[in-house]
Amino acid sequence: MPGRFVCIWFCHLTTDWQVLRRPDLKNIPFVFAAPDHGRLLITSSSPPALLQGLYPGMAVADAKAVIPGLEVIDEVHGRAEKLLKGLAEWCIRYTPVISMHLPDSLILDASGCTHLFGGEQAYVDEIIRRLAQMGYTVKAGMANTIGAAWAVSHFSTNTTIVKTSDLSRALVPLPAAALRLEQTALQRLQKLGLRTIGSFITMPRSALRRRFGQHLLLRLDQALGNEDENLEPVKLPEPYHERLPSMEAIRTATGIEIAIQQLLQKACDRLRKENKGLRKALLRCYRVDGKRIEVGIGTNRPSSSVTHLFKLFELKIPTIEPALGIELFTLDLPKVEEMPLVQEMMWGKDSGLNDPEIAELLDRLAGKVGPETIRRYLPVEHHWPERSIRVVSSLKDKSAIEWRTDKQRPIQLLPKPATIEVTAPIPDYPPMMFRYQGKLHTIRKADGPERIEREWWMDHGEHRDYYQVEDEEGKRYWLFRSGHYTGDQGQQWFIHGFFA
Amino acid sequence: MHGARKDIISELKKSILRLQGFKPLAEEKTMFNGLDAIERAFPNSVFPTGAMHEFLSTEPENAAATGGFIAGLLQTLMLQDGTCLWISQSRVVFPPALKAFGIEPDHVIFIDVNRERDVLWVMEEALKCKGLAAVVGELREINFTQSRRLQLVVEKSGVTGFILRKDANKLSTTACTARWKISPLASVSEEGLPGLGFPRWNVELLKVRNGNTGQWKVQWSAGAFSPVSEVISEIVIEDVQLQTG
Repeated sequence: MPGRFVCIWFCHLTTDWQVLRRPDLKNIPFVFAAPDHGRLLITSSSPPALLQGLYPGMAVADAKAVIPGLEVIDEVHGRAEKLLKGLAEWCIRYTPVISMHLPDSLILDASGCTHLFGGEQAYVDEIIRRLAQMGYTVKAGMANTIGAAWAVSHFSTNTTIVKTSDLSRALVPLPAAALRLEQTALQRLQKLGLRTIGSFITMPRSALRRRFGQHLLLRLDQALGNEDENLEPVKLPEPYHERLPSMEAIRTATGIEIAIQQLLQKACDRLRKENKGLRKALLRCYRVDGKRIEVGIGTNRPSSSVTHLFKLFELKIPTIEPALGIELFTLDLPKVEEMPLVQEMMWGKDSGLNDPEIAELLDRLAGKVGPETIRRYLPVEHHWPERSIRVVSSLKDKSAIEWRTDKQRPIQLLPKPATIEVTAPIPDYPPMMFRYQGKLHTIRKADGPERIEREWWMDHGEHRDYYQVEDEEGKRYWLFRSGHYTGDQGQQWFIHGFFA
Repeated sequence: MHGARKDIISELKKSILRLQGFKPLAEEKTMFNGLDAIERAFPNSVFPTGAMHEFLSTEPENAAATGGFIAGLLQTLMLQDGTCLWISQSRVVFPPALKAFGIEPDHVIFIDVNRERDVLWVMEEALKCKGLAAVVGELREINFTQSRRLQLVVEKSGVTGFILRKDANKLSTTACTARWKISPLASVSEEGLPGLGFPRWNVELLKVRNGNTGQWKVQWSAGAFSPVSEVISEIVIEDVQLQTG
């Protein structure tokens, strides 16, 4: 049975994508431009711009002479390929074999797929409709060969489905460019007046070869089906997915544990073969009554160790409610990363924060009490005490600056400074006594003042003059006065921390 | 005859202690610089590292002094890139201050949990991990069974555990190896310089398993502990004269 190929031509691939991103550009002429030999040349134009005559290959300066207010956007190299690849991966729902045909076409091998959609016409109509819904204008053509499908999609007026018997008859009225020929051959055909394929399709082959080269004959044969043309299908990444159906519905915790063990075993075997480790795993349990329960775990480092991952799931098993029973378990790995090779780990520093045992411990803790409870602090360049540290959640972050050792800081810092009452302060001297939480402390020794100015670019307020004081029992405190000494009793004094 | 008997008894004592997990150090050196007098109170004259230590404190000032003392101990325990876990319900420890005690504050991982029993659970899980140098947990109270569980865990894993008990009013027997109480002492500045001197504490060992209790004065200066004897300086602190620097 001969194959059936569908060619989808994205008439304005990059500009349609841009309109999706910026809806305000919908009916405005705009172009993409890229530098070439010192000038900016148009690489693609939107439909309104094409109507005005701005074709790809034209200089932007000339285009701006035609439309003074033309919007020119820089083309990013490789964007069209990426878009096409994404669309190819989306089209997997129509056929398993898809190939990209640069610059802006996709070839689908639809042999045996069309009956699932209710016939060839319905198949092609469905593709066009869905892509139009997404915002892309496309034209499609279907034929027995790739060459013919490409020709028909690009150069016929509307969607054509070429029947097997009609192949040469469909190709005859199309222009010569429909055969994907090179520029030289096309120009020569033009000069000789051979405008349509029909004008030279019946000529003797040796004459064609002598004038236009072997390539024209190759393309003609490929279009007619006499030569084979090979597709390079797009390789789709296989998702990491394991399934475990069970004959009877599972209702006990032991059953769930066994199911998780088996799924993890299969998943980790595959990961180990590919030298990867998982960072996130999602377990789905499908119950008999139709409900679906999802349980997810995450790790700090890519891991493919069944024991460690099972321990993480073990913490969550009590939350799974089997009710009448679970009949299907699936395990998906949404986030997978390269695993550093075992040899690397032997030479690298495995102690301290790089210790994998510590990472596994933190995974377990995160599973039970939540990842936001785990904090590491790094110094930052702020002298305001509350802001001099920042929280990081990974074990690998290192700070660019060193911890400061010049100023003494209290071992315990109150979350918010608490007001205290002081007696008879003298300018620039610490108070003689202060009352905090009902207790009176007489100050025997003091260090200071250390003036810390507010960082005016971050917030407003008074500066602080900090004093380290020690009372008669030897207890050491960190006090501060907010603002300048004003001599009246309304002065604000606070306690901020306790020294060791 | 008596001498031989004494030797036999001390040998037997040493082997019993070894069976119980108190390993003697190879040389006759103490583990922490400057804590010789305190270490001698422990069996085998060595600070027990794979064990649980309990610290009592009622007021936040005592808790701060305890935090400082523990930070000084952590400096030796965390040599060579060790990591420490500090578990509590509310964050009061200020990491930049730990640098003054010789620890790299980014090698300390802080865990702030919501509930009291989560602190115990996290501590137990952390003590099972051999890669950690030490684990510090701030609790309100701990009963005998819980402390025995933790003690059994550390005996197997060899991680040192410190418990800070903030509500020392409800005292009960615990299975910890040692029970300490640290309170701040008036500091003495050297050579009459104005201002505060080095931090100084009164360290009391209230209970020691197979050891002697005692009370010592210790100060932290020049990056290490140093014992303080009663009469050292001629400086007399006068009540009236305030000195600031």
